[in-house]
Amino acid sequence: MKTTGKVTGIIANLVTVEVNGPVAQNEICFIDLQGVKLMAEVIKVNGNKASVQVFESTRGLQIGDPVEFQGYMLEVTLGPGLLSSNFDGLQNNLATMTGVFLKRGEYTKALDEEKLWDFTPIAEVGQQVVAADWLGEVKEGWLPHKIMVPFNFDMSYIVKSIVPPGKYKITDTIAVLTNPEGEEIPVTMTQKWPVKVAVGGYVEKPRPFKVMETGVRTIDTLNPIAEGGTGFIPGPFGCGKTVLQHALAEQADADVIIMAACGERANEVVEIFTEFPELKDKHTGRSLMERTIIICNTSNMPVAAREASVYTAMTLGEYYRAMGMKVLLLADSTSRWAQALREMSNRLEELPGQDGFPVDLSAIISNFYARAGYVKLNNGASGSITFIGTVSPAGGNLKEPVTESTKKAARCFYGLSQNRADKKRYPAVDPVDSYSKYLEYPEIIEYLDEKIEKGWVDKVTKTKFIIRKGKDAYEQINILGDDGVPMAYHEQYWKSELIDFVILQQDAFDDIDGCSPLERQKFMLDLMLGICDRSFKFDNFEQCTTYFKGLINICRQMNYSEYQSEQFNKYLNQLKEELKHE
Amino acid sequence: MSEKAFQRIYTKLSAITKATVTLEAQGVTNDELALVAGRLAQVVKIKDNAITLQVFGGTEDIPTNAEVTFFGEPPTLNVSDDLAGRFFNAYGEPIDGGPAVEGEKRQIGGPSVNPYKRRQPSQLIPTGIAGIDLNNTLVSGQKIPFFADPDQPYNQVMSMVALRADVDKIILGGMGLTNDDYLFFKNQFESAGALNKIISFVNTTDQPPVERLLIPDMALTAAEYFAVDKNEKVLVLLTDMTLYADALSIVSNRMDQIPSKDSMPGSLYSDLAKIYEKAVQLPDGGSITIIAVTTLNDGDITHAIPDNTGYITEGQLFLRADPDSGKVIVDPFRSLSRLKQLVQNKKTREDHSAVMNTSVRLYADAANAKTKLENGFDLSDYDLRCLDYAKEYATRLLAIDVNIPITEMLDTAWELFSKYFTKAETGLKESLINKYWKA
Repeated sequence: MKTTGKVTGIIANLVTVEVNGPVAQNEICFIDLQGVKLMAEVIKVNGNKASVQVFESTRGLQIGDPVEFQGYMLEVTLGPGLLSSNFDGLQNNLATMTGVFLKRGEYTKALDEEKLWDFTPIAEVGQQVVAADWLGEVKEGWLPHKIMVPFNFDMSYIVKSIVPPGKYKITDTIAVLTNPEGEEIPVTMTQKWPVKVAVGGYVEKPRPFKVMETGVRTIDTLNPIAEGGTGFIPGPFGCGKTVLQHALAEQADADVIIMAACGERANEVVEIFTEFPELKDKHTGRSLMERTIIICNTSNMPVAAREASVYTAMTLGEYYRAMGMKVLLLADSTSRWAQALREMSNRLEELPGQDGFPVDLSAIISNFYARAGYVKLNNGASGSITFIGTVSPAGGNLKEPVTESTKKAARCFYGLSQNRADKKRYPAVDPVDSYSKYLEYPEIIEYLDEKIEKGWVDKVTKTKFIIRKGKDAYEQINILGDDGVPMAYHEQYWKSELIDFVILQQDAFDDIDGCSPLERQKFMLDLMLGICDRSFKFDNFEQCTTYFKGLINICRQMNYSEYQSEQFNKYLNQLKEELKHE
Repeated sequence: MSEKAFQRIYTKLSAITKATVTLEAQGVTNDELALVAGRLAQVVKIKDNAITLQVFGGTEDIPTNAEVTFFGEPPTLNVSDDLAGRFFNAYGEPIDGGPAVEGEKRQIGGPSVNPYKRRQPSQLIPTGIAGIDLNNTLVSGQKIPFFADPDQPYNQVMSMVALRADVDKIILGGMGLTNDDYLFFKNQFESAGALNKIISFVNTTDQPPVERLLIPDMALTAAEYFAVDKNEKVLVLLTDMTLYADALSIVSNRMDQIPSKDSMPGSLYSDLAKIYEKAVQLPDGGSITIIAVTTLNDGDITHAIPDNTGYITEGQLFLRADPDSGKVIVDPFRSLSRLKQLVQNKKTREDHSAVMNTSVRLYADAANAKTKLENGFDLSDYDLRCLDYAKEYATRLLAIDVNIPITEMLDTAWELFSKYFTKAETGLKESLINKYWKA
């Protein structure tokens, strides 16, 4: 029998319920507001009083309203049809909701239960299987979507029967498994999983050893992110976090992209809704939307569901990873999630940590980042979740709890600088402060030796050195004046400007410059390092300035031209010509 | 708002703070309105039978035996076409001497638009001000605040923008307006002959601060009526959101909530987002655009109010006095319109974004030259040209008193490029230079 209860207290979306039976932490319940069912999650229990956070507005709720507990945690539905869907933080399908406004208590099915899928069996009768083993496959768009033994099957099973190839609904039984006790268990194409629990079903999680190409030079060339790696992008507002995330979503070399719009602007999500179906995936030529899932819980949607949204996104990622796919998970912004935690903690009257955030914030964040990673599956295949979150530090000050906690958890740091953004140097990723810990991994160094060329990481280190030296020179020039420093300082500064303008800066809105493949990145970096290796003899600093501005101008025209096109080569020759006479 | 017959009257308050009262009552619903000693109040907390009410008018001289009656519903506004041309207080009561508005009663602070049902904003809102149109183009369905120190003429600029914008309705939400500013808006609207498309909800400085909390929801409920029900283009002006946030902090403080940064409530981000996210482009053509004002303390944008606002809104317009040109300008460095690329080069000339970027970059070079000058260094020829350029750029384009069409702004910028710089120094695409360079 289900536990029930009655509302005894209300502050905003925190509701206290007096219960008549057992309740579990994180259990889901529904509060009945004159026939409208409001979904809520237990976040604290004290005696027979359960504190629940309601995923909807509590307007009109009153003392004594009945509550029914469900006996399960917040969970998502997994199965074919997730791709190209737009869900809210609780996995309601936004597209199938009626009316312009979101209605309280309207919950829609995540998946289409009527649609027929072309099923092909993979497992054979008599085969021994465990959770997450592949039983069959359907084509979801162009991706082979694996139908797996449900993740919560915790024994070893024998496949008793499996349906022949054909069209089936997700709710049809496609296989029958026998457990060690001889019980027969039917399996469909869909299963449920609680979002706050990490999906297992893999053999090992090795250190990431491959690089994920993104087409963004300041990431790929300078601070590459590993496939299965983690990174974060902190930055004040207006520094281009969202543009950078969208560029990653459009261009990254991944099979599946999951974007969690967590407490951010609705118009940004609309941009994805509008543009992604039109944009082509640069790797497959298919519509970008076909490989994308959007979890949308914008800033004006209920706060508690905001917290749920990142977990929902991660769980969907884990599901596709278990199929052997390369998943890129983007969450914008994790600060809003942390703020949701803070609002709740505050209402629960917990003793606050720094800046009013809950004391276990750091643990929650690192626990979440730990769910990303590269995994080897039972059948020898591999899959990965690469996770990049944005952080919106209050006042742009990186010494705040969310940034600091995330820094401990994520391996790549792409700090956006207000200064660069003010100068319109986009992407505003700070080249000196940002880092990728993966460049220190021997596996990654070896991979890059193989993939790009031997000694590539040394070149990257050298590039960073030039940038740092340029910054030092710039400071000296500013202190001592143009004429107060040796010519070498000007040369040093302008060499770093060359790298900045040609390699670091990239026009995300330009069709050609917006996405730069690795091969092209290597070509341009070699070209720039070649120039930086030269020593020039200038008579005065103005000559140096004019000369380098000329070079930068030509190189930028190259960036705007189709790689190795006639136009590109025209500018290349112009550059070579220019380099002959200093 | 009047009392209903046969209501139960409570007369025993158990606690009073400067903004709230607490009493025992039955059958009360969350968020509903009540009348405490004749003042409007709203339920903010229920614990067993103890009901805490936020009293909008303040609790001065409310006795423990004050009469309390409950309305059984949250704050509402009567919506109909009759709203047009009227002035209301924070409770939606007329203050212009006219009759109460008849119409459908709607709860304020209603639900959000399903993000999937939104459309991408794509209509340009020209203002004639180059600091906005050229560098920070506005789009209908956008939400954007002016960031300005209290001594900047933000209300004047905002009313100018509103009256020039091509919209069906303008809704003013005035929070903590001085009486002078209130009369300024009233005169502006009247003398523009635009009164019939303007609706105002006003709370002035001589009224209780907590009342302000109702203003944005009132204004936006009216806006949603015209945008959703009537498919109209609505522009909502909210001034000053800093005073709104201050009122939030007063209430949360009285309720013993743990403050976060700058003694603001921890929910400040969500509270502001609920208002600003009402900006929307609807599928049937209606739209709500929000232009707000956030006053700053000496240009400090790291304070919690502008900081949270910046993360929510689609950019900000930064007003400052420019000593070189002697004008108030829209600062090109700190200002940003996030939606500008949805209209630039699409609804405007193809060279728009390139001209914008180049002119701002050259203006930044001028700023560097100025620093050099201040530090006592010799300036190069390029530096000197930059400084001259900057002065003319500020006067002819950035100043808020400019009123020209966008193509003229672009032509002016090209004229300045040609006057002060070589083609290579601008770094512009060759194809554009060939077409637009003023020989």
